[in-house]
Amino acid sequence: MQRDQTGDRSRESGVEGSNAADAHLPSPVSRLPSSLRPGFWFALPALAVIAAFFVVPVAAALLLSFTDFDIYAIADVRTLRLTWGANYVRLIHDPRFWTALKNTAYFVVVGGPLSVATSLAAAMLLNTRMLRFKGFFRTVFFLPVVTTLVAVAVVWRYLYHPRFGLLNYGLAWLGFQPVDWLGDPRWAMPAIILMAVWKNFGFNMIILIAGLQSIPERYYEAARLDGAGGARQFRYITLPLLAPTFFFVTIMTMIGYFQLFAEPYVMTQGGPADATLSLVLLMYEEGFRWWNLGFATAVAFALFAIILTATLLQFGVSRLRAQPGG
Amino acid sequence: MLSTTGGCERHKPDATVEMWAMGREGEVVERLLPELYRRHPEIQVRVQQIPWSAAHEKLLTAFVGDSMPDVFQLGNTWLPELVALGAVGAIEPQVMDGLDLDDYFPGILDTNRIDGSLWALPWYVDTRLLFYRSDLLAEAGYTNPPRSWDAWMEMMHAIKQHGGSDHYAAFLPLREWQTPVILALQRGAELLREHDQHGNFEGEPFRAAFNFYVELFRRGLAPASGDSQVANVYSDFAAGYFTFYVTGPWNLGELQARLPAGLNDRWTTAPMPSPNDTYPGISLAGGSSLAVFRGTRHEASARQLIAFLSEPAQQVEFYRLTGDLPARRTAWESDALRQNTRAQAFREQLQALRSTPKIPEWERIADKIMLYAERAVRGDLTVDAALAALDADVEVILEKRRWLLRRRDEG
Repeated sequence: MQRDQTGDRSRESGVEGSNAADAHLPSPVSRLPSSLRPGFWFALPALAVIAAFFVVPVAAALLLSFTDFDIYAIADVRTLRLTWGANYVRLIHDPRFWTALKNTAYFVVVGGPLSVATSLAAAMLLNTRMLRFKGFFRTVFFLPVVTTLVAVAVVWRYLYHPRFGLLNYGLAWLGFQPVDWLGDPRWAMPAIILMAVWKNFGFNMIILIAGLQSIPERYYEAARLDGAGGARQFRYITLPLLAPTFFFVTIMTMIGYFQLFAEPYVMTQGGPADATLSLVLLMYEEGFRWWNLGFATAVAFALFAIILTATLLQFGVSRLRAQPGG
Repeated sequence: MLSTTGGCERHKPDATVEMWAMGREGEVVERLLPELYRRHPEIQVRVQQIPWSAAHEKLLTAFVGDSMPDVFQLGNTWLPELVALGAVGAIEPQVMDGLDLDDYFPGILDTNRIDGSLWALPWYVDTRLLFYRSDLLAEAGYTNPPRSWDAWMEMMHAIKQHGGSDHYAAFLPLREWQTPVILALQRGAELLREHDQHGNFEGEPFRAAFNFYVELFRRGLAPASGDSQVANVYSDFAAGYFTFYVTGPWNLGELQARLPAGLNDRWTTAPMPSPNDTYPGISLAGGSSLAVFRGTRHEASARQLIAFLSEPAQQVEFYRLTGDLPARRTAWESDALRQNTRAQAFREQLQALRSTPKIPEWERIADKIMLYAERAVRGDLTVDAALAALDADVEVILEKRRWLLRRRDEG
């Protein structure tokens, strides 16, 4: 206690000292308008780039979403109409938007946790000390992440083939009826989720392994001495200490999964019967296939609002959990 | 720039005509050009090959980005869009060397005519008709292909009965809008009404055709799975998984190359059957055309180039190189085409063609037709509900067109 008080006092006097110095010898920098301080000049190139390539396009897109910009407007800009909220109203009344939102939510809610859980399981496996050839397994699990999606899609389409596919071959061997994976609206999204999880889990796995390795071994030793088994060690040591990494991984996965596009684009083109149509795929179709840029930007901002809300919700939940007794 | 004469231009490097061609056509078109260079040493052509899947987007982007080629190939259903953009210059037949418009199949030439002007020249034709396994049809008890819907339906039932539950009578790709539209045009449906301002899909002719189409799946005559499921159409066709396949001329070459040799005399082609007593039934006037960019700086050379590629002799040579079917009737008199018996069905079909509505919104409407046809086939929607929803969607798509027409009428 004694030491703390003297510490505080010396800090206070330090502050006073510096204030006094400022009063006698005013620094030339602090008298300039704040906009001309050196920090501003250092940040300027980065700010300019951000303004040119982010702020301006986003503002332009926002303006665009209040117009009916389309192929006719490209030909003759006089046909451009300011429609205010009409695109957003049309969005709300468009059944395809709700289908896309439902499909995207399905993908995020089922695929996201599944992906994170798979990553965590793989990370824990690769982090055990008994395992040999860790580098080899890490590389193998990471390979799908760096493989081109188009090549992956070709292989998975064979796996999913209803008559000759390996998956249905296995099902038949177990005595199940064959499933038309990509052709049946009920199974197309699970098939896309399965492929996406397989393709993506390696990336989160690497991050989680790093998180696991930063947990000091002594906590586990102490827990073992106290008689904690594997499950309790996981629950009371691994999970709490992994929380920051875990939080980062879940947020990034959720944001990434909301932007589902490439998988259905190459595997199903949104079919069968729109069962794998995602919001980004809808946006792409409206924008770059039909050139309804006004409507497409409205979809983009709706998606932005949804992702922002979901992220804030997740922040809120994690803050509640972080509070003691919460 | 204004004082630059044609004579000076030939020595300047930028006198090169830039041409965009898609897929296989882009690969081989250069082989036709030496003859053009011999006749017109002043012309230089640089061919840029564009993949089909990206072609539509690239043309629009090039227009927006002011980097259009002087001459380009385009799917003829894209023409209304590019005309609306002001991206293509009208063709004036009187200034084209050796161009005889009467020599074209009228249905296919008509797709290139919008509001009374000709905007492009048909290069090759893509219409759809019946490909079928003649041996399987004979096993079911029929020697000739169907001429009417009734006969077709009867044959399909016989094939299905003969082949068993794991075989189908026909393969109609669900992710294509063409088959239901062909059937509707055969029933005389006007797809859009009042100067293409509203959808007309709840009208009786379209409904009848749509019902016929959906019925093919409901009765188990055609597999209700998407394209992705018949991973290899060719091996399935070879295995007799289905007997009839409604598709286009590109499959003449594909099937020839991919089917086992023993199957060669067991499949052939026939024109589309019809719902009434005319024959052949109507099919779609699809295909590719050649257009000149409106803002080209090499108009004379560009015109020479497409006139040259439209000559019957070049069309025959092009057929030899690609298998693409010529749009001019004289070309069909050549030995190369007369000897191809399977192509002869196309010649007959080319007499009975109709084009889809020539408005920029057509591709979007076609996409909606495909979507609702698929949903009706899968039983998500009844035929009535699907057609009502289709008309409602098309009403929204055509809103801008109605506004533009109204504005034009008001001055």
